[in-house]
Amino acid sequence: MSAFVIRGERLAARKVGGEMVILSADDSSLFVLNEVGTAIWEAADGRTSLDAIADGVCREFDVDLETARRDISEFVTSLAGAGVVSLSEVERQ
Amino acid sequence: MPTSRPVIVDVGGVAVQLLTSEPELIYVLEGRFKKFLNPSAEPVFQFEITLVPDGTFDVDADLHVGGRQGHWIMQRGDFHAEWNVAERRGCIRQTLNPYAIDSVLRIVHTLVLAADGGFLLHASSAVRGGRAYLFTGPSGAGKSTIVGLAPHDVTVLTDEISYVKRCAEGYVAFGTPFAGERSELGEPASAPVSALFQLGRGIETRRDRLDEAETVQTLMRNILFFADDHDLTDRVLDTACDFAARVPAFRLHFAPDDRVWQTIQ
Repeated sequence: MSAFVIRGERLAARKVGGEMVILSADDSSLFVLNEVGTAIWEAADGRTSLDAIADGVCREFDVDLETARRDISEFVTSLAGAGVVSLSEVERQ
Repeated sequence: MPTSRPVIVDVGGVAVQLLTSEPELIYVLEGRFKKFLNPSAEPVFQFEITLVPDGTFDVDADLHVGGRQGHWIMQRGDFHAEWNVAERRGCIRQTLNPYAIDSVLRIVHTLVLAADGGFLLHASSAVRGGRAYLFTGPSGAGKSTIVGLAPHDVTVLTDEISYVKRCAEGYVAFGTPFAGERSELGEPASAPVSALFQLGRGIETRRDRLDEAETVQTLMRNILFFADDHDLTDRVLDTACDFAARVPAFRLHFAPDDRVWQTIQ
């Protein structure tokens, strides 16, 4: 079953020039996401599965599904480790 | 008991009154902030300072700023301060060193500026021809060097911490007294910000325009902000985005000679 990814709450985020700039209110850490990362971040609403996000990334960018799933998994795991997103097996209501 | 004597420190038009009955501390404060003393200014905030002996606090404690509903608590290895924004007053317990009150004032100004659409920036800044220029970058990038190379018609606002505030005429840079042990005080002058430069060392002078995203990243990596407060974090990022949309920014690599100032305009 595909997991769901949810944006963190104590963050400020602004899209500037196609890139998402994210600032943590906890420790002022700064994260800058490229276009693909920004697309994933924008889809991280807790209701869109990682599989669905991978499908969207394949449609929008020139990448095959297997590569997209692997890269997205690594990417969201990394963001989750930094507290920028959280992962859940359950879809948010 | 000796009476408290006020020392009013005016940075960016925000006057902070420091009250203490300790003659030694008054001497330290008046020396530390000499160019920024303004006895006739109406204080916006007032802090009562009490000296405590060395060793009162955990000297290894990192800076922490927290609080809720306008009551801030700031502490580090050399001070403990509380500040009630609504009552416009606070108290500081500190050891006898100028860096404790210097840090408290930096924090107070970052919080005031964050709410008002401004920021303190790790940057030197200077005024030439009525326009201000900001020079930011990591340690060793040349922030102090570039203002040290400034021609005689340039007024240095700071070689370490720049004060930027949103005013009717746009973003305005003000001089600051915030300096390290080897730095000089800036001048208490101000001017509208004309450009931001992200510095790097080079063998020749080269200037390239930064786009808005790069400018926001540069700002956010160098803005001083201490509080773990979600609303203020949001405001600071808003301000950085607004500044990036309004003020041109450049990457400036320069060799350390005064010809670099030919490219600053």
